[in-house]
Amino acid sequence: MAEVQQQADSGKGGKKRAKKMSTKIDMTPMVDLAFLLLTFFMLTTTFAKPQTMEINMPVKDVPKEEQIVLKASNAMTIILGDNDRIFYYFGLGDPAENPELIETDYSDSGIRDVLRSPKVKNNDKMTVMIKPMDESRYKNVVDILDELRITDTKKYALVEITDNDKQLVETKIGQ
Amino acid sequence: MPKVKVKRNNPSLDMTPMVDLGFLLVTFFMLTATMTPDEVVVVDTPSSVSETKLPDSNVITISIDNEDRVFYSVDGQNTKMKLIDKIAAKYGINFTDEEKKTFSLMGDFGVPIAQLKSFLDMSSKERQQVNQPGIPIDSAKNELGDWVLQTRLSNPKVIIAVKGDVDVNYDTVQKVINTLQDKKVNRFNLITDMEAKPRNL
Repeated sequence: MAEVQQQADSGKGGKKRAKKMSTKIDMTPMVDLAFLLLTFFMLTTTFAKPQTMEINMPVKDVPKEEQIVLKASNAMTIILGDNDRIFYYFGLGDPAENPELIETDYSDSGIRDVLRSPKVKNNDKMTVMIKPMDESRYKNVVDILDELRITDTKKYALVEITDNDKQLVETKIGQ
Repeated sequence: MPKVKVKRNNPSLDMTPMVDLGFLLVTFFMLTATMTPDEVVVVDTPSSVSETKLPDSNVITISIDNEDRVFYSVDGQNTKMKLIDKIAAKYGINFTDEEKKTFSLMGDFGVPIAQLKSFLDMSSKERQQVNQPGIPIDSAKNELGDWVLQTRLSNPKVIIAVKGDVDVNYDTVQKVINTLQDKKVNRFNLITDMEAKPRNL
């Protein structure tokens, strides 16, 4: 392939011809290199961009009078516990109401089914409050935010856990 | 009967246009590629179905590793130059031009401001080996809040991304989020990995 072709000299004619050098160069190694670099840069650029999920936190210092009170019938609370445990109840978690705390899991048939149930889906005003306990992992929080996105739940908020909720979980675990 | 002569074509073809195109693309990707600065902290991010991409520039990344240490990084040399000046003025530390230069080229860091000067004086090799304690986020001494505030003053366009490890206790994440909220940042991004969206819905 390396093309420095020489014309065969017949040896007959006395005329000496100037040697004709072919101008062709074998470009295969260069092409190889070019495409190697191309592949490298293409792969590095696409993988460098991480995915993100945007999250909006409620504004903190809103005066009491301007806050909108959430009705208990439109509220659902998800509590994230330690060791990847997850609990939920409907309502605001007032001890007087005696909310029924139910344990579920992160699988497809767990919390996702709850969020897809008619009780949540058919209520446009349903607000889901996510209360991660201090022991829960960061992955749990991202997972649950993800579930809300998958089930297309519009109204949700990340809320700090209250003592009432901790109490509820403790009684539930104690059972 | 004369023998049928098979015409022999030269199998080499003209590759010049292909090479042209190849190098054009190489040049394009080389110029658009931004080298990722060396990361001192390994963070295994959780996965999500979210498909939003993080912007290329003007991003503050707050990394939280699995030992609950907090690391801070912001892109843009100009931003970092302004930031170090502001921090120096606020904390009354004088940084030399050399140290400022080092800071503007640095990726993540996780040292309290009091130790920052000696940290910047180290050679880059030493800096990689040193065990960084993380940026203080306790309510008594919250330096992360200062970093965020001063960065936003240096470059108002920045957006904030939190990059948490899978195994971080939510307690630490809560502290970071509270810090951000104290500084009136109510919208931020959580960096996640890709995950296929379930289809049977």
